[in-house]
Amino acid sequence: MNDSKSATTDPPGYAPVNYLNETWGLKSWLLTLDHKRIGILYLISVSFYFALGGLMAALIRIELATPQGDLVSPDWYNRLFTMHGVMMIFFFLIPAVPGVLGNFLLPLMIGAKDVAFPKVNLASWYLYNIGALFSLWALLHGGVDTGWTFYTPLSTSYSTTHVIAVGLGIFINGFSSILAGVNFMVTIHRMRAPGQGWFRLPLFVWGIYATSLIQVLGTPVLAITILLLAAERLFHIGVFDPRYGGDPVLFQHFFWFYSHPAVYIMILPAMGVISEIVAACARKRIFGYKFVAFASVAIATLGFLVWAHHMFVSGMSVYAGAVFSILTMFVAVPSAVKVFNWTATLYKGSVVWETPMLYALGFIGVFVIGGLTGTMLATMGLDAHIHDTYFLVAHFHYVMVGSAVMGFLGGIHFWWPKITGRLYPRFASKFAAIVVFVGFNVTFFPQFILGYLGMPRRYHTYPPEFQTLNVMSSAGATILGVGYLIPMLYLLWSLKFGPKASANPWGAVGLEWETTSPPPVANFAKSPVVTTEAYDYAARAAREVPVGG
Amino acid sequence: MAADPHGASPGLAHHFDSYEQQKESATLGMWLFIVQEILFFGGLFFAYALFRWKYPVAFNHGSLHLDVTLGTFNTVVLIASSLTVAMAVRSAQLARPKRLVGFLLGTAVLGSIFLGVKAYEYHHKWVEHLVPGPGFAFEGPGAENARIFFSLYFAMTGLHALHMVVGIAILLFLLKPAWQGRYTPESHNLVEGFGLYWHFVDIIWIFLFPLLYLAGRHHIL
Repeated sequence: MNDSKSATTDPPGYAPVNYLNETWGLKSWLLTLDHKRIGILYLISVSFYFALGGLMAALIRIELATPQGDLVSPDWYNRLFTMHGVMMIFFFLIPAVPGVLGNFLLPLMIGAKDVAFPKVNLASWYLYNIGALFSLWALLHGGVDTGWTFYTPLSTSYSTTHVIAVGLGIFINGFSSILAGVNFMVTIHRMRAPGQGWFRLPLFVWGIYATSLIQVLGTPVLAITILLLAAERLFHIGVFDPRYGGDPVLFQHFFWFYSHPAVYIMILPAMGVISEIVAACARKRIFGYKFVAFASVAIATLGFLVWAHHMFVSGMSVYAGAVFSILTMFVAVPSAVKVFNWTATLYKGSVVWETPMLYALGFIGVFVIGGLTGTMLATMGLDAHIHDTYFLVAHFHYVMVGSAVMGFLGGIHFWWPKITGRLYPRFASKFAAIVVFVGFNVTFFPQFILGYLGMPRRYHTYPPEFQTLNVMSSAGATILGVGYLIPMLYLLWSLKFGPKASANPWGAVGLEWETTSPPPVANFAKSPVVTTEAYDYAARAAREVPVGG
Repeated sequence: MAADPHGASPGLAHHFDSYEQQKESATLGMWLFIVQEILFFGGLFFAYALFRWKYPVAFNHGSLHLDVTLGTFNTVVLIASSLTVAMAVRSAQLARPKRLVGFLLGTAVLGSIFLGVKAYEYHHKWVEHLVPGPGFAFEGPGAENARIFFSLYFAMTGLHALHMVVGIAILLFLLKPAWQGRYTPESHNLVEGFGLYWHFVDIIWIFLFPLLYLAGRHHIL
């Protein structure tokens, strides 16, 4: 597969001519139908909105370094945390892993030439960007101050900010998400290589499948909710307005019917990434493959039955609350199955301490804390105490930042040699992974204590006795920011100066490692046929493939 | 889904191995899209169920302000358009391009009649001050909550009408390749997909008609 003239200097399986350089020019990227290039387009977009959301988080943490409101006014503080949430959730976390890694890897992992609908795939990226531009426009014109949850009647009757522009942005972005979900589900159903039955799929594909299911079933409900919200704001249709017999709590039900499952859109693909990294870095078959696979589907299914746990204090019958409380605790079961199975995979594995592995271990540790505090919040009595406090903020960020972002970064580091054909510096990347882990925990662990002591979220001032913990949190945020900045620098550096990567620098098992780095436009020189289970590391060890890049 | 005229297999996109795989993918994709459409409308149906249960009087009396004759007429028009769409798909399967174009045009005409009648009804509601907003005025039993009935009426039929407009736009986009005979028995997934979509939009109406127009009628009969 090597080009003959450079085969002497390039590592085995490095392709000088590949999907990145076979065609040139802006047009060849902006009109590309290649899922791999679309993945990179997503990477550029989501990185931008991540940086933007991060900037707002930085301003929030600077404000909270002192008990007085000295950096921004209360109104601007409301806008900051709202736009931070909107940017991070809708324009980073939801599209990040499926948009970037899902697009790049899904066809490679199943031995296909592309996703089922390449034009729809490109359209999804454009819809995402159009939606994001609406929100960006709103941000530049003063933003929105309702919180990312847009609760009525604040959002319909009282807020004077750009609720409709941001809502429209999220609506359009929602259809990007729906079309991507449909595309991936059809791809997984219909495009698998000969011999690749459902139980030979890599677990990342199972994760993407479960995610897509939620995107297709949940997102349209948010879409109609936003339309009703906009109509209520513009024409006072009365559906959410008690003056006409409408019900503001109905909005909360609608909103969380999507937005709770949406947190599983954010975490499930990251869990899939962790399964891949753990198996590759422990050089072992994943323990309990089917349990991990079905755990993804179980989380996606149960995720639709727990939305009202966000509303224990919104006015709901105690019996309904009890049912939602118990159903929420059920989610802990498949989540724990995953954690135990990753741990069991590591047990007696020959673990290699590569950078992706550090992120994977960080993920597991942080996710355990995030998950367990989730069951605490699911108990109704305790929730009445910690609802809308920093305890909730900390829980959410442990799952969404600690876990999902670490999974995303781990995945980027794991597949970077495949995506770009380049290796990044080992020491710097391991250092950054540790900085992220430390910075994250220093930022958010104090918030658990703050919340438990009663500091409410969404206020820009607080009693002086909370200052020590808040300063800790702000200091941690600085460390975390540095931890995110370092990979950005060395990954960009590696594009030009990084050593060239072989086809399989980690010695991992999977179809994506069998093609060149970077892959050719058509993905594989010859359409693959699958003859073994996923993670067949025993067979790989028997073939004595050299390890390391 | 993409028509790719070059190569040995006209209409087979490069990333599919066979027409069968391409067709199965297109059909599954369309069904999944319809699933999301059901959930999209589902929010409105849920709101309808909730508020009708809460305010039966307002819903019954609001319903009496809708023109059941025009509603019935439109229902018949839409069912007829479902027939023409089914005939269009069959014509594509049999490689009869002129009949395909004819049935597609017939569908467009029926769809436009439906939208025209709908526009007339909307105008009538505007004149009667039954459009939710500053000018809304409703007298009689259930007046306190009638606004919600009419809001849902406009939201549900409006979203449905929007789907009809999109459907007719897609249909017009299909006419030229249909006339050129580009849809072969092996490869006419766009026609099939459009057919599924149009039937789905019809079925939504089949639910909307009794829920909105007939809800209060049993009181007079």
